[in-house]
Amino acid sequence: MAEKEMRVEKHPVLGVMGRGRRVTIFLDGEPITACEGEPVAAALYAAGRRVTRYTRKGHEARGPFCMIGRCTECSMVLEGWGMVRTCMTPVREGMRIWTPGRKGG
Amino acid sequence: MDTGQEGRMRLPEESCTLVAVGAGPAGLCAAREAAACGVRTTVLDENDKGGGQLIKQIHRFFGSREHGAGKRGFEIALELAEDCANAGAEIRLNHRVLGFFEDGRLLVEGDFIYVLEAKAVVLATGALERSFPFPGWTLPGVMGAGAAQTLVNVHGVLPGKRAVLVGSGNVGLIVAYQLLQAGMEVVGILEVEDRVGGYEVHESRVRREGVPIYLRHRLLAVEGLEGVEAVLAKDLEKGTVKRFHADTLCLAVGMIPQAELASMRGCRMVFVRELGGFIPWHDGDMRTDRPGVYVAGDAAGVEEASIAMDEGRLAGVAALEDLGALSPNEARKRKEELKRRLNLLRGGAAGRPRAMAKERLAAGWRHR
Repeated sequence: MAEKEMRVEKHPVLGVMGRGRRVTIFLDGEPITACEGEPVAAALYAAGRRVTRYTRKGHEARGPFCMIGRCTECSMVLEGWGMVRTCMTPVREGMRIWTPGRKGG
Repeated sequence: MDTGQEGRMRLPEESCTLVAVGAGPAGLCAAREAAACGVRTTVLDENDKGGGQLIKQIHRFFGSREHGAGKRGFEIALELAEDCANAGAEIRLNHRVLGFFEDGRLLVEGDFIYVLEAKAVVLATGALERSFPFPGWTLPGVMGAGAAQTLVNVHGVLPGKRAVLVGSGNVGLIVAYQLLQAGMEVVGILEVEDRVGGYEVHESRVRREGVPIYLRHRLLAVEGLEGVEAVLAKDLEKGTVKRFHADTLCLAVGMIPQAELASMRGCRMVFVRELGGFIPWHDGDMRTDRPGVYVAGDAAGVEEASIAMDEGRLAGVAALEDLGALSPNEARKRKEELKRRLNLLRGGAAGRPRAMAKERLAAGWRHR
């Protein structure tokens, strides 16, 4: 899914939605364009990525469920920090995010 | 960081008179009451914006003027936060409460971790969207309807291209319409009952856009490898199975109160089905069974934003009364007025079971 398609450009009620400046973050080493200040989970969705982690036992893909910091399904590893809830973690330029449980990473 | 004599870490300590945990409608209204009365008040919220879940509501609210009728949720959120700050409360965003100990102290993480002591604590920690198990329920793309709403209305990002919603209550209907507004396709709304759960005004809006509402259809399963690819539903009348090509499944099947802090503090918790699950027991003035601990809004039972506002005000008044900041006479007058309003808000057929559950709680009722 192309990034342009996943962002709301003009909204009938909200108009043109305000966003932070475009920056690059890294998902498992791969560069992804994101908007500064938006939650990492939203940036991943905008890039068409919705797997946030794989379960330890069954290697099942998981993605965000609540988007308000309650369910912890969106937990990922923020390099230099540790496990974070990506729906509550704002994008900063150059941050490196790793998918827990990803094989061949 | 200071190290005490025993080599234990000593955290910075702070005190204030009233703390509201949660800057949603309940917490902001409780804090506003207290601050307006001259009480030193702090509001804590882990989000970077105040207003709680009102910030993702872009439709106009119904009801009375006191509850912001005719305005959109995010506008009400801004107003409540402004009123609260203007009354003199300090709103600390990006501050997360890690613990609430039995001695009444709160452990808070802002830029650093500190201990906050308060004479009165109003817990207004909201609710979480409900899910239920079915094959594929953990696949990426299965999310709460409110989660999809947060993505599109707050962050301007689409969760996918084609969505199926489960549940035709107001949340399901409103979110379906808002996904359309944001440019998504809504393939259908599944409803297991034989009639639509939400208001007619919301129903007709999605129907006008051509979204089918499948009554007497039960969600069977979600299929996909690393995310939702198809949704299967059973037609309960015909016994046949429908297959929808979709990449997103939004669950609008209710909410669960979130009051772990109350339970951590040692408040007595009770299960009240009509109010969404386990909640701290509270009296008619929103007092829990622990002195100086109050609860309001969805954490005290899942209802609606206008009820959360008045419950917050009620908790604020009760706290002021207990602190001696309001005369018993003045407190009684304010509480009576707020209870009158709450009764009106719970007046409809949908509200009556909740009103009765709240009455049973206030009468000292313990378990079912």
